[in-house]
Amino acid sequence: MKWEVVIGLEVHTQLTTKSKIFSAASTAFGAAPNTQTAVVDIALPGALPVMNRGAVERAIQFGLAIGAKVNRKSIFARKNYFYPDLPKGYQISQFELPVVEGGAITIQVQPAKGDPYEKVINLTRAHLEEDAGKSVHEDFHGASGIDLNRAGTPLLEIVSEPEMRSAAEAVAYAKALYSLVTWIGICDGNMQEGSFRCDVNVSVRPEGQAEFGTRREIKNLNSFKFIEQAIKYEVQWQIDEIESGRKIQQATILFDPDSGETRMMRSKEDAHDYRYFPDPDLPPLVISEEWVERVQRELPELPVAMQARFAEQYGLSAYDARTLTASKELAAFFEATVAAGADAKLAANWIMGDISATLNREEKTIADCPVSSDALAGLIKRISDNTINNKTAKDVLKKMWESGDAADVIIERDGLKQETDTGAIEAIVDAVLAANPKAIEEYRSGKEKALNALVGQVMKGSGGKANPGMALELLKKKVS
Amino acid sequence: MQTLKQQIDALASGQTTSVALVTESLARIAAHNGTLNALITIDADKALAGAAAADAARAAGDTRPLLGVPLIHKDIFCHEGWKTSCGSKMLDNFIAPYSSQVAENCDAAGMVVIARANMDEFAMGSANENSFYGPVKNPWNTQTVPGGSSGGSAAAVAAGFSAVATGTDTGGSIRQPAAFCGITGIKPTYGIVSRYGMVAFASSLDQGGPMAHTAEDCALMLNVMAGFDERDSTSLEHAKEDYTRELNTPLAGLKIGLPREYFAEGLNADIAAAINAAVEQYKALGATIVDISLPNTKLAIPSYYVIAPAEASSNLSRFDGVRYGHRTAKTGSLDDMYEQTRAEGFGAEVKRRILTGAYVLSHGYYDAYYLQAQKIRRLIANDFQAAFEQCDVIMGPVTPTTAWNIGEKNADPIAVYLEDIYTLGVNLAGLPGMSVPVGLASNGLPIGLQIIGNYFSEAKMLGIAHQYQQVTDWHTKAPQL
Repeated sequence: MKWEVVIGLEVHTQLTTKSKIFSAASTAFGAAPNTQTAVVDIALPGALPVMNRGAVERAIQFGLAIGAKVNRKSIFARKNYFYPDLPKGYQISQFELPVVEGGAITIQVQPAKGDPYEKVINLTRAHLEEDAGKSVHEDFHGASGIDLNRAGTPLLEIVSEPEMRSAAEAVAYAKALYSLVTWIGICDGNMQEGSFRCDVNVSVRPEGQAEFGTRREIKNLNSFKFIEQAIKYEVQWQIDEIESGRKIQQATILFDPDSGETRMMRSKEDAHDYRYFPDPDLPPLVISEEWVERVQRELPELPVAMQARFAEQYGLSAYDARTLTASKELAAFFEATVAAGADAKLAANWIMGDISATLNREEKTIADCPVSSDALAGLIKRISDNTINNKTAKDVLKKMWESGDAADVIIERDGLKQETDTGAIEAIVDAVLAANPKAIEEYRSGKEKALNALVGQVMKGSGGKANPGMALELLKKKVS
Repeated sequence: MQTLKQQIDALASGQTTSVALVTESLARIAAHNGTLNALITIDADKALAGAAAADAARAAGDTRPLLGVPLIHKDIFCHEGWKTSCGSKMLDNFIAPYSSQVAENCDAAGMVVIARANMDEFAMGSANENSFYGPVKNPWNTQTVPGGSSGGSAAAVAAGFSAVATGTDTGGSIRQPAAFCGITGIKPTYGIVSRYGMVAFASSLDQGGPMAHTAEDCALMLNVMAGFDERDSTSLEHAKEDYTRELNTPLAGLKIGLPREYFAEGLNADIAAAINAAVEQYKALGATIVDISLPNTKLAIPSYYVIAPAEASSNLSRFDGVRYGHRTAKTGSLDDMYEQTRAEGFGAEVKRRILTGAYVLSHGYYDAYYLQAQKIRRLIANDFQAAFEQCDVIMGPVTPTTAWNIGEKNADPIAVYLEDIYTLGVNLAGLPGMSVPVGLASNGLPIGLQIIGNYFSEAKMLGIAHQYQQVTDWHTKAPQL
C-alpha cells in the first residue's frame, strides 16, 4: 500500500521583548537561577499580570507579514495544569479568540529525489502566551530544582494547517517561518537557547483516503535536523504499526536525538483537561486600527517582495534573489555593495560564493564579515575594469580578509595588476605553443577546446597577471 | 467608642497622640481579643514604633490627616514583612515580601498598622467559621457569628480595636459582617480599589473596601484606599475623587428604589421592620420611594456559586507547596506532594469550592455551567441598569436573618450560601454596595440596611448614609464587652 504523510506544525517563537509578557522582569538568557523574577513570575499570592504591549506589537507584525487577520479583540485564557515549573498552576495563553488568524507562507522544498518546488502552506492561527520555567534535575541529589527565569517569557505560538506531506516540506516550512520571524525581528532565532521550538503533528493515511489518520505529536524539537530525523522515524514507525495490524493511538511523544527514535510521553488517556476559561485578571486585548496601521507602515520589506525587486532591479536570477534574501543582513550587505559601485551580478556571485564560503568555514555571519560592503565593492570594481582577473581577485580577497587592507592597496603593493602589454604576453604564448605541438595539432583538426588548456600555462608563466581572455585570443591568432 | 473622624481631629488639635491611640487599641485588644479571636497577628512593638514615628513626623510639621491613626488590615492584603495567611494553614508561614496597593496607600497616608484581622479561609465563607485560626465571635453576642469573610475586621471595629479596618467583598464579605456587627462598610465599584497584592479568591468579583463606624469614616478611608493602579489590569482609569464631597448634600428629591424581590419570603420580620423604619426616615429627609423589580435576583446564587468557585479553583492552584507556604512533610512522588500538601493545607470549604470550580470548568460541562452562569451575570447587571432608570439608589436588607449561632449551619453549606441572596447581585454586576446599621433585632443583634448605587456613585451613597446617620444613632451603638 502507498502511504501519504500528513504533517502540521506548532511553533513556539520566543519574542524579542526586553521584559516578560506580564511583568517587568528581564528576558535575558543565562542569568543565575531565579534572579529574573517579578512577583507575578513566581506567582506570589495577590500578584497580577500586566500585558506587555511590545509582545502584542510583535504579534501584529507577524500577522501582517503573513497576510493574516489581526483580530481587533482577542481573549487571554487560563490553561490549568500542575507542574513545578508552572508557578501559577496555569499558563496564560489564548484559546478561543487568538490575536492572529489565517495567513500563509510560501516554502521552497528540496525533496530527497526530484526537482525543487514551491508550495503555499496555510496557517491556522498564532496566539500570544507565556513560557514556563525550567526544571533542573542535575546537582540536586535526586531532587529537582526550579529556575523561573524563563517563566513569563513571551511566546507567539504559530499553528499551521496540516498541509505538509513530507519531512522535506515540514523542514522547508520551519525554515521559511524561521527566516520570516528573524527577518521581521520578532524572534532572535537562537535555537540552542530555545527561541524557536517546534511541535510536529504526524499522521499517515492510505493514499487517496480523505480523512486523516490518527496523529501523534512530537514535542519540542529545536533543530531542523531533528525535525527531519524525528518525522522520518515516526512516519516509518506508524506505517510499520498499521501494516502489522495495530492501530495508532493518539499520543504525545518525544524524540531522542541520541537514539534517533521517538518514544511515548503520554497517551490520550493521560491527556490533561486544561479547563480553559477567560483570564479574569486581563481584560480583552483590544488592538486599535491606528496601531495596526502604524505597524504596517513600519514593517520592513518582506523577503518575497525583496526577491521580486532584486530580480527586477538588478537582473538577478530567481535563485540568486532568493539566496541573497536568506536574511535581512545578507540582503542589506548585497545592496550596500552595489550602492558602493559594484556590478550587481558580480556582487551577487562574490557574496554567494567566496564571502559566504569563508564565513561558513569560520562560523561567522555576514554581520561579522571582516570585509565591508564598501571594501568588497572596491575589489569588484577592479575586476570590472580589468585591473585584475578573477583568480587574482580571489587572492586579493583573502588578503583583504586577513589584513583589512583595501583591494587597491593590496593590488598596488603586491604588483598584481593584470598584464595587458601584448608584447610581454606574446613571448609567453610563443614559449607555451613551442612546448605543446600536440595541442596545436588537435586544435587545427577541429578540437576548439584544445587551446583552452594552454591558457592556464600562459597564466602560470605570467605569474597570474595575464588577462586570460587576451591570452586565448593570442593563442588562437598564432595557431591559425 | 471613637470614630476615625474624631481621631483625626484629636490628632490634628494635639488632644491626643498616635502613641496614645495605639496604646488604647492594644489595651482593648489585650482585654477582648482572647474572647473574640478577631485578629490573627498583633504586633505591638511595630505598632508602637510606628506610632512614635508618626508623632515625631507630626511634631516636625507633617500634616497628613490620617498620620498616626491605628489600622487593622484584613489578613488578605500582602504587606511587606507581615504574615499574610489569608486565614489558611497553607499560608501560615508566609511573610509577604511585597505590599499590596491598598497597604502601600495606607502606609503613604501615615496610618499605623497594629494587627491583621481574622477571616474565612481565602475569603470563602459568610460566618468566619472557616478560618484555620478558629472562628471569630460576634462582639454583640459571642455565641453568634460575626459574618464573613471579613468577620475579623467587622468584629475588631465593633469592639473598638481600631476605628477602621480594611475588608474585601466578593459576594457580600464587607456588607454582611458589617450588618451582623452593627458597623458601616462599603464595597466600591469593581475596579476602584486595586487588587494588586490582594490574595485572589474570585478575580472578577473581589473588591477591597473600608469598614468603620460611620459613612463619613468610610469616605475618609476610601479616599486613601481607592485609585487607579497600572499594576492591576482591571483597575479603572477613573479620575481620583473626594468621596467626602457629597456627605452634606441634602436628600430632597432623592428617588429610592425598593426591589420587591428583596422583601419577599424568607426575610426576617425584625429586619423587614427595621428596613421599613429606615425607609420612613429617608422619606422624612425628603426622599421618594419607587417600587422596582430585580427579576433575576434568585439566579444570583447559582450564577455566583459557579463563577466564584471556577475562578477560585484556578487562583488557588499556585498553592502547591513548591515555592512558599505549606508543604507536606510526607515524601513521595510529585503528585503525592501536590495531593498531600493541598489536602493538609486547605480547609473543607476551600476544598469544596475548588472541586466545584474544577467541575464546572471541565471538558463537557463548561458550556452548561460556566457559560450559562456568565449569561445570567449579564442579565443581573441588566436588571440593575433597568432599575436605575427609575431610581437614584436601591435600598433593601443586607441579609435575610441576623447573625446565627456558631456551629448552627456547619452541616449545611447550602443554607449558608442562601444567606447571600441580597449581596451577590452587586458583585456580579460590579456595582457599589454598602451596609449601614439601622436597628437591633429582638434578639439584640444588629441589622444592616443595604444601599446599592450605580457605577461610580460611591460619593453619593456615602452622602445618603451620612445624612441618615446625622438624624439617627444606630451607628453609635456599641456592644457590651
